[in-house]
Amino acid sequence: METSPDSAPCLLEVRGISKSFGAVRALQDVDFTLRAGEIHALLGENGAGKSTLIKVVTGVFPRDAGIVRLGGAEVAPRSSKAALEAGIATVYQEVNLLPNLSVAQNLFLDRQPMRFGIVREGEMRRRAKALLAEFGLDIDVAAPLGSYSVAIQHVTAIARAVDLSARVLILDEPTASLDRHEVEILFKIMRQLAGRGIGIVFVSHFLDQVYEISDRITVLRNGRLVGERETASLPRLELIRMMLGRELAETTSARAPASEQQVREICASFEGYGKSGYVAPFNLELRHGEVVGLAGLLGSGRTETARLVFGAERSDQGQAKVEGAPVRLQTPRDGVRHGFGYCPEERKTEGIVAELTVRENIVLALQAKRGLYLPLSRREQDEIAARFVKLLDIRPPDPERPVGLLSGGNQQKVLLARWLATSPRLLVLDEPTRGIDVGAHAEIIRLIRELCEDGLALLVISSELDEIVTYSDRVVVLRDRAHVEELQGEAIDVSNILAAIAADNSAVAQEGRP
Amino acid sequence: MKGLPPVLITAIVLVAGFVLCALQFPNIASTRVVCNLLTDNAFLGIVATGMTFVIISGGIDLSVGSVIGFTTVFVALAIERWGMPPLVAFAAILALSAAFGAAMGAVIHLFDLPPFIVTLAGMFLARGASFLLSTESVPITAPIYSTVSDFALRLPGGGRLTAVAIIMLVIVIGGALLLQLTRFGANVYALGGSRVTASLMGVAVGKMTIRIYMLSSLLAGIAGIVFSFYTGAGYSLSAVGVELDTIAAVVIGGTLLTGGQGSVVGTFLGVLIQGLIQTYINFDGTLSSWWTKIATGVLLFAFIALQQVMIALARRPAVRPAGATS
Ligand SMILES: Nc1ncnc2c1ncn2[C@@H]1O[C@H](COP(=O)(O)OP(=O)(O)OP(=O)(O)O)[C@@H](O)[C@H]1O
Ligand SMILES: [Mg+2]
Repeated sequence: METSPDSAPCLLEVRGISKSFGAVRALQDVDFTLRAGEIHALLGENGAGKSTLIKVVTGVFPRDAGIVRLGGAEVAPRSSKAALEAGIATVYQEVNLLPNLSVAQNLFLDRQPMRFGIVREGEMRRRAKALLAEFGLDIDVAAPLGSYSVAIQHVTAIARAVDLSARVLILDEPTASLDRHEVEILFKIMRQLAGRGIGIVFVSHFLDQVYEISDRITVLRNGRLVGERETASLPRLELIRMMLGRELAETTSARAPASEQQVREICASFEGYGKSGYVAPFNLELRHGEVVGLAGLLGSGRTETARLVFGAERSDQGQAKVEGAPVRLQTPRDGVRHGFGYCPEERKTEGIVAELTVRENIVLALQAKRGLYLPLSRREQDEIAARFVKLLDIRPPDPERPVGLLSGGNQQKVLLARWLATSPRLLVLDEPTRGIDVGAHAEIIRLIRELCEDGLALLVISSELDEIVTYSDRVVVLRDRAHVEELQGEAIDVSNILAAIAADNSAVAQEGRP
Repeated sequence: MKGLPPVLITAIVLVAGFVLCALQFPNIASTRVVCNLLTDNAFLGIVATGMTFVIISGGIDLSVGSVIGFTTVFVALAIERWGMPPLVAFAAILALSAAFGAAMGAVIHLFDLPPFIVTLAGMFLARGASFLLSTESVPITAPIYSTVSDFALRLPGGGRLTAVAIIMLVIVIGGALLLQLTRFGANVYALGGSRVTASLMGVAVGKMTIRIYMLSSLLAGIAGIVFSFYTGAGYSLSAVGVELDTIAAVVIGGTLLTGGQGSVVGTFLGVLIQGLIQTYINFDGTLSSWWTKIATGVLLFAFIALQQVMIALARRPAVRPAGATS
């Protein structure tokens, strides 16, 4: 950075903020300082209080104590509208847009270009198109937002916040559903904005991204401030120690080589399986005790493959076999009946039942599988819930808490637990570590490997190539909705995967409707 | 625009129904019958326009029938007994009903109560208040009433487009424009999408809620005045159950009961369908008028089933390959 952010004036000062939800003290006496023109990462484990801090500062939650100063003057917004008017624009962790409105309306809601009290629809669409073009998106902005992928919805939310051209821009896990290319574009725009003197708060669990983009880091742990450091002078291990309060157990070692030797039994196989206009026909064998990774860019057909395998989408060609016997896999029910589990990517919005407790959410799929006439006894439920709360380190470790009150990352762990509880023979995980902190991330990878040793077959989608390399026995690379390469054994490494992804075409992520 | 396919279906049902009726009773296809249909259903069209806003925003307003009833009694008494000039009486009742709606909206927002409960209370309150004013039917003899009733635009074919029908058409068109073209309209859809999200995106949810219910009650007040023109009297038992006819018209018009989608034009078509059924029954002469309710019930079922199918289809993301996630 040429401009030293140190000398830059303080833009947003948060002093002594506390916030409790009943007995849970989500924030205790937290300070936070954002300077003009800096990109400031706000880090901490799941449940550390990052999102709560953001919501308290932007007036979504009332605060118990503390003050917020913006440009030296005290502000106390009572709603996100008021925060916006004061100059703080926010993309909250839960993508907060309206699927029933058009993309253009979402971008310009409450600030549409007007003439004589009438919204200038044409002008609004033109501006929406131009705005999204900056993010490399060329889509029909008159279509409802809900008809687009989660990634596009997320880019739209970010574009909206960026376009509000506030003095402070807060992004709570903005990159969680973006692919590399989109992240690059976002970072470029963030740097431009910072160059204009806007202060940016950036929450992420991707430490690579934090080191790439941020000038400064503030770490929270259990609702308290741990410290503020300059990114450049903070070694990664030290950062992790700050976040966890302990050393990270060494879990991400290489695969056990033994697992590659023995020939394993086939759990499910797919021959010439596909659906026209969806995914080109592919052959895929999933073996007991083996992890198959699906790698590829966003839109390359990874999720589509997973949906076909599980039965969430009907195939129109090819043959599926489970344990050697031909089966029909045309509905999710078929998948469940054959012992498949599927943890979808949009689990955050679709999977959880916010009002139910952690325990009830965890036993949901298991109960459904057993049928309504074989209810799980309360004792069994308690046991299962306690086991997974411990296994996945769900915090707070209270199975009777409504899931809606957990932090975003902990909600995801609950969903993962739900499928694990059904002890499936094949589990499909779409981006299992998104939004999960470094500590739990390592836990989940360890868990994936353990599950495998117990004979489970796993199909895992991830954009984190390092991660895929760590746990996969085989990696299928997709491009343009077709399986283009399968890597095995020694051949599995990041550069080979990248080479396969990039081979021949460089047209990246022209996501959108045809 | 939004909600076009359901509106198209409603339009097709209306046209098909009209053609069928006209085949059996050729007289139905005349401007006279159509104009009468508009006149008879003018008050319904007006309340239904307001109800469309409420339902799209994710709410419901059960008080409108009672507000109409109260309005007719209030207007009759104000003009006949209290000696108010009719226009002053109109202004007073419109102010009153708007304030009533605003109060309901404020209660819904401030105490975070379900609109169903709050407007149910409003329904009892308004109906009770009209009984308090008078339990008998009060005829209105003011000259303005006969003037308005006599006024009509003559159309070729013997049709008379009455003043109340004109008022209704103006309100429907105005409502449609308000919903589709203004920031207010966009915010109504936003609220129906999700109140929490709309608020996080900076929509003043409280203010919007108050305005939406205010609009609904205001239109119910206008409908009450129109109703009093139509019947020439004020009666505390008038328009009982109209809230349900109104909701039926809105849903048949393709508006989602859960909010977020719909249109005023669709609602207008829904009102016409109900009117058409009534007209058919009148022409037939042998059917009991309760058949209107039965036919409306069947249609309502059909439309709700249709909406569920459409929602289920819309939920399937895969139909649009390049837009799906990976
Ligand atoms: N509305 C609420 N009611 C009760 N408790 C809440 C509420 N929102 C958050 N909490 C609690 O406050 C704590 C902090 O949660 P917060 O969402 O701020 O975590 P976070 O740091 O954003 O985590 P993540 O990385 O998982 O998103 C958690 O223990 C959570 O359970
Ligand atoms: Mg969070």
